[in-house]
Amino acid sequence: MALVLTEEQQLLQETVRDFVREKAPVKHLRQLRDTNDKVGFSRDLWKEMADLGWAGIILPEEHGGSGLGYAELGILLEECGRTLVPEPFLSTVVLGAELIQKGASEAQQKEILGGIAEGRTVLALAHQEQGRYSPYAVSTRAEAAGDGFQLSGKKTFVLDGHVADSLIVVARTSGAAGDRDGLTLFLVPAESAGVSITRTVMVDSRNSAVVELSNVAVSRDQVLGDVGAGADLLDPALDRATVALSAQLLGVLTEAFERTVEYLKTRIQFDVPIGSFQALKHRAAVMFCEVELSKSIVMDALAAIDEGRENASQLVSAAKARTSDTAGLVTREAVQMFGGIGMTDEEEIGFFLKRARAAELTLGDGSFHRDRFAQLNGY
Amino acid sequence: MSATTDLDEFRSEVRTWLEENLPETLRGRAWPSGSDLALWRQRMGDRGFACPTWPAEYGGGGLDAAHTRVLQQEMARVGAPPSVRGFGVSMLGPVLLEFANDAQKREHLPGIIYGRVNWCQGYSEPGAGSDLASLQTRAVREGDEYVINGQKIWTSGATEADWMFCLVRTDPRAPKHDGISFILFDLKSPGVEVRPIRLISGASSFCEVFFKDVHAKASNLIGVENAGWTIAKRLLQHERTMLSGGMGGGTAPGRAAAGRAAQRRNGFADMAKKYLGDADGRIADPVLRDQLAQLELDGLCYRLTTLRSAASAKAGQGPGHTASMFKLYASEMNKRRQELTMSVLGSQGLGWEGEAFDAFERGTTRQWLRSKGNSIEGGTSEVQLNVIAKRVLGLPD
Repeated sequence: MALVLTEEQQLLQETVRDFVREKAPVKHLRQLRDTNDKVGFSRDLWKEMADLGWAGIILPEEHGGSGLGYAELGILLEECGRTLVPEPFLSTVVLGAELIQKGASEAQQKEILGGIAEGRTVLALAHQEQGRYSPYAVSTRAEAAGDGFQLSGKKTFVLDGHVADSLIVVARTSGAAGDRDGLTLFLVPAESAGVSITRTVMVDSRNSAVVELSNVAVSRDQVLGDVGAGADLLDPALDRATVALSAQLLGVLTEAFERTVEYLKTRIQFDVPIGSFQALKHRAAVMFCEVELSKSIVMDALAAIDEGRENASQLVSAAKARTSDTAGLVTREAVQMFGGIGMTDEEEIGFFLKRARAAELTLGDGSFHRDRFAQLNGY
Repeated sequence: MSATTDLDEFRSEVRTWLEENLPETLRGRAWPSGSDLALWRQRMGDRGFACPTWPAEYGGGGLDAAHTRVLQQEMARVGAPPSVRGFGVSMLGPVLLEFANDAQKREHLPGIIYGRVNWCQGYSEPGAGSDLASLQTRAVREGDEYVINGQKIWTSGATEADWMFCLVRTDPRAPKHDGISFILFDLKSPGVEVRPIRLISGASSFCEVFFKDVHAKASNLIGVENAGWTIAKRLLQHERTMLSGGMGGGTAPGRAAAGRAAQRRNGFADMAKKYLGDADGRIADPVLRDQLAQLELDGLCYRLTTLRSAASAKAGQGPGHTASMFKLYASEMNKRRQELTMSVLGSQGLGWEGEAFDAFERGTTRQWLRSKGNSIEGGTSEVQLNVIAKRVLGLPD
């Protein structure tokens, strides 16, 4: 059970930490927001990160990747979470890479995976259709038309949708919304006729879009995996994205916690540091326990994916529930303990509150994952 | 010889030894008793397996962590119970090894190793609970003895105990932390009176213990007179570790413990389905089901954290301040579990005695009440939070 880092992993952690603190601190996200940046992340920085092997971290070397596991991906994303790095890790490095690797033809893999690893290609999963996360609640239709299909429907909260070169669209070839059977995944170039992508401005200043599909013609070659059995491809990829996001959330909540403890030690009121007040001490100590528990479950869930453990899905749900809830607790307490300054846009702690809420509601919150955890445990 | 070969050889040695020495009647017995237990204690003590990590010169096994793990695995495999348990082995022994002089170790460790002496803990007093250092039980030096007067409370198992390790005030004029000594004496000494305490949950193992001119040998004072607070605190760390272990945590739960936890989990879900109804495999009450999932999930995260803590602690380190976190979390979690059980049982969890309630239901009522003490005994949850805030987070006083 990998609950401590190896020397190589510690080295990776230090490398990433140094890099993001210098090149992608919270200021980076703020600047993108304040300049209404059209891309929503830095293409140049993304290229630099790709050159360090981060964009292809889980891809095999034959596709230009680093061939590392989820333990290493988790270290990378945790550190990126600490400074709220907005570059397209979840959409492209995890979801895109996983779905293309497991579902695309060899020729498609060759073309797309290399692009991901080099930081050229951005993908987006067009999946969700309603506010609350519900993976099989898909109504977007894929009707048979000639040799292929026609896609129609509306997708929301498509991460990095407006900058994606291609979308991976989850559509229904049979059944009704809520059914696990009957889903099919399609690889759809963003430029395809009938695809309309509108960027949405989100509270956490990260990329998201609404995608409308109106009779979009796709060929059989664009199907990922098997027709009607898209969930078999989607479920493991969602598990992997969920644990990856949990690792990122771990970074978000750990950083917010550490900044808060530091503030408690330095903010003086009534002639003493406010951290000397027991009302705040106890709340900080409670948070410490929750942060430690979050770290343990994330590390074990990452290891479970790498080891292909039978109960990996349970651990992934436990990790997402725990990090979602802890990030909520820590960032709410952080703003309260920072007091008035915590309410200002100038202080960075507010960015953590926003990101924590957005990440909580991405890929299922605590309530969703407790329900799943209970189901997987037979109750 | 490689380390693996060495461990493999030790494993087969232990396996053979257990086959030859474990009395058949004790196999799989969690709480053994009787004449076979006496035999088992003798054999485990002689072989050095009773307290495997203690130095061989004092009757321990002198084993390192890897060999101890092998021993524990082999004992678990055949269902061999530990030959000794309790305050002596988990709390006093480690403290004697660290602070006692050679003669004291030779006098007291064998009694622990062979399970001959039952120890109890003379710490809390009516006026010294969370503020333990304000204790008033007085010990005055007279020749080669101390004369002790005062009262202890919350002394677990004092009616069964032979000896007490006790905090006494030897200098009433010094600042409160600097006038305390750590001393051992025989509970059969004249002047000792033990009274059991009845709790909200009914009969209990807790006692009040009164001292009236009790004579203790000065040679049984551990460490230096008036410097007992350091020893007292170290012993509390061992206590927290022991308490968090008993409530589903533990610093190094093995596969057997994980299996027991899984069994408890399924047991709870099945029990909840029985009382609340089964809706297509789900517990029918969605709110209580969510609370159970939260509790199970927290339990999982907690157990992983104890494993991570053990994995990252360097070999030979004593329990550190994470002991406070584990004690806090385990006791709060157990309280939540008991509350949830009460909610699941509804009015069937309210029975005190009689045939209208089965043994599980009556037990639930009592355990729910008893669990309220979990976050009070061994340092309240608030004290643990203080320790974490100060020692771990470095927040100022």
